[in-house]
Amino acid sequence: MLGAEFFHRWMIACGSAVDREADRLTELDSAIGDADHGINMRRGFAAVTDALEKEPPATPGGVLMLAGRQLISTVGGASGPLYGTLLRRAGKALGDAGEVTREQLAEALNAGVAAVAQLGGAAAGDKTMLDALLPAAEALGESFTAAREAAEAGALATVPLLARKGRASYLGERSVGHEDPGAASSSLLIAALAEVAG
Amino acid sequence: MSAEKAVGIVLVSHSGQLAEAVADMARALAGGGATAPVATAGGTPDGGFGTSAELIAAAAHTVDRGAGVAVLADLGSAVLTVKALLAEGGELPDGTRLVDAPFVEGTVAAVVTASAGADIDAVEAAAREAYDYRKL
Repeated sequence: MLGAEFFHRWMIACGSAVDREADRLTELDSAIGDADHGINMRRGFAAVTDALEKEPPATPGGVLMLAGRQLISTVGGASGPLYGTLLRRAGKALGDAGEVTREQLAEALNAGVAAVAQLGGAAAGDKTMLDALLPAAEALGESFTAAREAAEAGALATVPLLARKGRASYLGERSVGHEDPGAASSSLLIAALAEVAG
Repeated sequence: MSAEKAVGIVLVSHSGQLAEAVADMARALAGGGATAPVATAGGTPDGGFGTSAELIAAAAHTVDRGAGVAVLADLGSAVLTVKALLAEGGELPDGTRLVDAPFVEGTVAAVVTASAGADIDAVEAAAREAYDYRKL
């Protein structure tokens, strides 16, 4: 069973991963976006880490809701409301349970991913974070490792795609040949989850 | 217009200057007498380009007179942040809505309509109609 402490550690691991990979995320974003994804994600997860340390929530859902709230307020780019919605909706789905199973987390993550798709109006294959998140949430039903692998494969699979959403979509054919920064950061968050699960 | 009952207008842009300039122009075009309350949430709190949920919430509370708040946003994260705040509940004043309209033309229509004392449905309709104005 996964308690609040596990979710807290997941969010901290997300912060470390984003911090470590911030330059790579920004580099990916300078190819097809506005070159701030790493900086934005680092700022967002630094705020998440701070907030969780100040008042650590007692439930898994509480941790995700608080983290999502921080991302919406502090990121400054589209990834803020998108990741914020992902975590908040997943947190809401977990309710006030003190501990949850991996299967319940998978279900909650699927609900979060569906909310992201609705908010951004994107679907699989649009070269967005969803290309990593959709297969990851699906594979989490099986295992943490499967989720990590699915996210990594999904992120890499965005390379040949034509961007159809967001700033990158204005580039048309020139968006082809670059990994989507949102899919790359999504893959980091799922890898952090697998890492914390051991 | 009875100032107490006016619909509030919030402009959300990636750029503080852009939001301010559009607000100024809309106020000027609304002309003649008092205009509806307009507030801007442009850029990040440190003056950079981007979207700030904090600035958006603060702007919405500034213009709230209890008759609803119409929010107009420019692109990408500006739109997504407003939608995320609305979905969250409790962040924006009751009766706040994101209006689906072109930023400049929609804002002018919204401010003129709100300044004439219209309710939020009429303000929203006027702003949306700006999409139907073709330039060619």
